[in-house]
Amino acid sequence: MTVIDKLASIVSDPHLSPKQKSAYLALEAEASLPYVTISDAVTEAMQAGIICDMFEGHAPFKPRYVLPDYAKFLRQGSSHLELAAATDLDEAINALVILYHHVPSVTNMPVYLGQLDELLMPYVEGIDEQTLYRKLKNLWIMLDRTLPDAFVHVNIGPRDNIVCRTILKIDAELKQVVPNLTFMYDPTTTPDDLLQIAASNICECNKPHIANYPMHASAFDAKGFGIVSCYNALPLAGGANTLVRINLKQLASRTTSIDDFFEHTLPSYCALAYELIEARAKFLHQESHFFDSFLVKEGLIEPSRFAPMFGIYGMAEAVDILLGNAPISEQMSNKPSKNYGHHDSANQLGYRISKALNAIVKSTPVTYGYNDRALLHSQSGISLDIDVTPGVRIPYGTEPNPVAHIQALAPHHQYYTSGISDILTIDATVKQNPEAMLQLCKGAFNLGFREFSANVASNDLIRVTGYMIKLSDIATFKLQGSRTNTTGLGAEAAQNTGILKRQPRVAAHELTPHYF
Amino acid sequence: MSETSINRVSASPLANVSQILPFSCVDGPGSRQVIFLQGCNYTCKNCHNPHTITLCDHCGDCIPACPQAALAFDSLSLNQVNKRGMKPRIVWSRELCSHCDKCLSACTKQSNPKTQQYSVEQLLAQIRTNQPFINGITISGGEASLQLPFVIALFKAIKASPQLGHLSCMLDTNGSLSETGWRKLLPYLDGAMVDLKAWQQETHHYITGRDNHRVFQSLTLLAQHEKLYEVRLLHIPSISDFDQEIDALSQYLNKLPETVRIKLNAFHHHGVIGEANHWPNCHEADIQRLAAKLSQRGVKNLVLPSVYL
Repeated sequence: MTVIDKLASIVSDPHLSPKQKSAYLALEAEASLPYVTISDAVTEAMQAGIICDMFEGHAPFKPRYVLPDYAKFLRQGSSHLELAAATDLDEAINALVILYHHVPSVTNMPVYLGQLDELLMPYVEGIDEQTLYRKLKNLWIMLDRTLPDAFVHVNIGPRDNIVCRTILKIDAELKQVVPNLTFMYDPTTTPDDLLQIAASNICECNKPHIANYPMHASAFDAKGFGIVSCYNALPLAGGANTLVRINLKQLASRTTSIDDFFEHTLPSYCALAYELIEARAKFLHQESHFFDSFLVKEGLIEPSRFAPMFGIYGMAEAVDILLGNAPISEQMSNKPSKNYGHHDSANQLGYRISKALNAIVKSTPVTYGYNDRALLHSQSGISLDIDVTPGVRIPYGTEPNPVAHIQALAPHHQYYTSGISDILTIDATVKQNPEAMLQLCKGAFNLGFREFSANVASNDLIRVTGYMIKLSDIATFKLQGSRTNTTGLGAEAAQNTGILKRQPRVAAHELTPHYF
Repeated sequence: MSETSINRVSASPLANVSQILPFSCVDGPGSRQVIFLQGCNYTCKNCHNPHTITLCDHCGDCIPACPQAALAFDSLSLNQVNKRGMKPRIVWSRELCSHCDKCLSACTKQSNPKTQQYSVEQLLAQIRTNQPFINGITISGGEASLQLPFVIALFKAIKASPQLGHLSCMLDTNGSLSETGWRKLLPYLDGAMVDLKAWQQETHHYITGRDNHRVFQSLTLLAQHEKLYEVRLLHIPSISDFDQEIDALSQYLNKLPETVRIKLNAFHHHGVIGEANHWPNCHEADIQRLAAKLSQRGVKNLVLPSVYL
């Protein structure tokens, strides 16, 4: 397809809103510029799908993720935006919403909306619960309708307060896609009943994600951090200037042995990834003039707090290729297998790869980094990824029971400073038993999980008597057995298409980074 | 099989285990490790796990049915057979098994060649690994109370362990245990989930092959000792009699302590063999109707299924 044909198909696409069309047209415009200067070796690795720049664009003119210091903004106001310091809750919410529209990111939506309970607590004195509920509910609805991107992210916790509790209540009630929500959990400050509310919310709407606060906090300095987009932990008042990811599956299929993988393949491709990181970060910091913006001038972000994210994906396939295991299929998931996620020797090789990556990232300086370093990241995939599993996850549909799942992945978590998202699919019986969700979360943190994300809605498995069975199998059987017996199915289909109807309005540009 | 024991009480007992689930949300409060024991004294027509009813007698009918050759008589016991006339034992290879369940279909005795024997210590080791993720242990079946000496030994060991003592110990039972049995178990038991399969004696007999007066005795005793966590009513439209007996049933349930959960389960055909396959499936609407009738009569603490099959 020529550029002109592509532009034509974007403008006449029946499924995109004018805003979405504008965004894709801009991406195509940027893609027609020459790429930042890189060597032939990097170009080849990118063309072969070994290294990927996440379609951030040929000439990066904005950082991938930006985490403004919203608290500072509320305290001091903004001369650029002609705003005085906020003096009450209405002014604080109003000021935040204004700034949200001036915070860029790879998706042009703000990926971080702040540690909202801490931000608003100074302004809630004298406000009764019902008033607070009404104001926050309106804010929540506005965020979903005006920032329709699934990765716009709010943080709350770990301290107990009325804003945190009200947000959890509203989020469970509205069940919106936006904002994505992370609840920080700290065993020393978070009361159990508050964590229980968060766990009950997960059973309702698969949100919030629960972050292991002490573990994240120890990885960053006193200025703090935030969780943005799809579970990326980054310095507050900074962010990520770029994300480059390596396809470990491709690496494994280009190596002659496990030793060769560790001694040559991994280091040489990591070096190429670093070359790409340097080239992209240099353009952003030196050529784009992004860091001349009012966000920097007014001290809401600092250039020195931006780090490149060093992403990896395809760990599962890499391990299985290196060990000569046949790819795992859904039919095999409940059987003994030697595959990644299911067997100790495969898991151990995975930990060894993560450890090696960590050693490389901790020892490789970068020109524009956090303490002169990039941050290792387990990358959670884009819609282009076929037959390659996100990050260090166990292939979808083949995951073992939640306990075995957590035990298999926990040792990876220590290495992935800028985030690792392992989504546990938990069967629907948990909905009536949120205490079980709470205990599972505590168990995960006890084993060193950085964050706990659970998905109840999409789990095809269900516990029946002594079995886990597949709902889809039952549905198929019922269809074959009795064509009239479809009340349950009809209801479910309606529910699913209801979800599908929402999709065009709320996109996930992270997952669909360019026009396909 | 007699209720008193299938193991000698004096020696450290072994359990016949059909399955262990490390994480369950439907077997008591919070998240639980569930241990399913083999063997049941009921023969419910609607049993969803009929292969857990009988202990394996090592007849070998399942061996040729296995496409993976994961079942065989062990050579050691074959030698002993020749020497001492003992029965050979079936050995199941976990590595070769593909869990196709063809052995269960081939078995004419409602058993399962894959059951494993566990000592208390072996189970404790598993529970220790699992401990950060669970609120407690539930022993289910089959009928768990048939292996009472083992249940008591395991619960006793859990309660005595500094690392595991906080875990609650629950029993999932058909309520057929004698008062003597309950009294032995009560000191180590935190709660029981009891199935009440029908209100009327005839209906109960028709469904389970047994009377239900023991079940009522068990419910009363457990309620007195504040150890009754849940009563489970399996609703089989036109077969179970909860609809017809709604007044008597409600009155009875209202006399139980308020804390007792009344769990309504919906009958479905998954795993069922024989005539019960022709019984009607229980749909959400059936459960809603039964729940409404119970609520109207003052029954509190009703718990409905989260999913209907």
